[in-house]
Amino acid sequence: MALKHATPMLDELEKGPWPSFVTDIKRMAARKPMCEDLLGLLEMSYEHKEGHWKHGGIVGVFGYGGGVIGRYCDRPDLFPNVAHFHTMRVNQPASKFYSTEALRKLCDIWEEHGSGLTNMHGSTGDCILLGTTTDQLEPIFYRLTHELGMDLGGSGSNMRTPEGCVGRARCEWSCLDTQDIIYDITIKYQDELHRPMFPYKFKFKASGCPNDCVAAIARADCSIIGTWRDKIRIDQEAVRAYVGGELVPNGGSHGFEKRKLDIQKEVIDLCPTRCMEWDGKNLKIWDEDCTRCMHCINVMPRALRPGTDVGATILCGAKAPILEGAQLSSVIIPFMKMEPPYEEFHEFVEKMWDWWMENGKNRERLGELIQRLGLREFLKAVEVQPDPRMINTPRFNPYIFYDPADVPGGWERDAKAYRERHHA
Amino acid sequence: MAQIEYKGKVFNLDEDGFIDSFDNWCPEWVEYVKESEGIQELTEEHWKIIHVLQDYYRKHGIAPMVRILTKVTGYKLKYIYELFPSGPGKGACKMAGLPKPTGCV
Repeated sequence: MALKHATPMLDELEKGPWPSFVTDIKRMAARKPMCEDLLGLLEMSYEHKEGHWKHGGIVGVFGYGGGVIGRYCDRPDLFPNVAHFHTMRVNQPASKFYSTEALRKLCDIWEEHGSGLTNMHGSTGDCILLGTTTDQLEPIFYRLTHELGMDLGGSGSNMRTPEGCVGRARCEWSCLDTQDIIYDITIKYQDELHRPMFPYKFKFKASGCPNDCVAAIARADCSIIGTWRDKIRIDQEAVRAYVGGELVPNGGSHGFEKRKLDIQKEVIDLCPTRCMEWDGKNLKIWDEDCTRCMHCINVMPRALRPGTDVGATILCGAKAPILEGAQLSSVIIPFMKMEPPYEEFHEFVEKMWDWWMENGKNRERLGELIQRLGLREFLKAVEVQPDPRMINTPRFNPYIFYDPADVPGGWERDAKAYRERHHA
Repeated sequence: MAQIEYKGKVFNLDEDGFIDSFDNWCPEWVEYVKESEGIQELTEEHWKIIHVLQDYYRKHGIAPMVRILTKVTGYKLKYIYELFPSGPGKGACKMAGLPKPTGCV
């Protein structure tokens, strides 16, 4: 099909063995003039080496302050069909379980009212619908909610759509019912999700085990990561089967070829805390030193399993680099049972938000506020006692006190008077 | 930029329907735009919010954070959405003639 605009540079992106978004958009362009102009605009951006979307744009549906991101192009004279090209974020089902029927219907609605282009899923976790005009927003919103029972997700300075890994639905390692947790957060905090009130965005992500498949520790202001507080379950027979070459390591992730596992080299020596020992017959683990890196469990899934006394570690403060560099979440609550109705968790969340809303500057993420005012102030606000597990290398300096009140006489010392009493 | 005329006043609007300058704000603007923001009748409560926004803007040169708006007016955020269905940022700021709130999505 001949397109309205020549796109020589975009065409390059169709070459090679990979799937191409250009091909996808071209396929849609046959039916949607919006997609034709989108290609033209993108080609022009490549030519000029600058984006042609204007910054900002504020559109939405009645009752909600988020969920729609306004997009306008700066050359509506050349590309009138993408003069408006708003993005809608649709709250994905927990762990992204859709029925094909729901997906088809969603696509039908979108093709009728928008560009037909989707992004499944955006890095926010939501199902992203790309490109529509202001007059279509309310009809789409009505149909999403009434025909599909789906809702808009979060955008702007609100709680973003919470996201969780596949959890117990498909994964034997999951220590949490991530779907229930995500559903609970979504329903409990509807106001925070739809009506921006925070200094900036706030993300929850829940991973069932420390493999952290949704990268909660790297991206969520509040990361909920499954863990256990008893011992790793060991099936010694299966350990010997891996060593003897009867079982394929890593569940076949690195090839199904049968081979003997060099347990010393591939497991024991790679344990970050060296808490394991193999005597040729039995595997021993000093669980008190385990930092839940998951490596041994990942290599020998038939032999090792997380313990049975399961719960979550709650961490706070991750963010991508904007003001400061990227930051990972820090452990705040080493272990929480995380069982319905999640009261303990809700209490923590509300204390955390109160402190952030009271002290946070405009567009300051929780992690940045903790950095600015100190972990000590944050811990006081959420009423959590300092704990060595909050520190990366707790044994590096054993003389850490969080608060001068914890030290008799405070932190101030008169060095001169001390030297007079203790001559060198 | 679109231009509209209402009751003898002329307004220049951007694509989101915000007026070009706070100085060009007048009560007729509120009257004109209320319907497209989902408001039937303007009440004293609407005006209270509009005036708080304008006072804050005159003093600080920016729109207040939502938390400050709820604190100063004493209205819960949900109630502000009942008054201004399109929200404090899009609806109330637009009607008060404040510049479009910027923000990263």
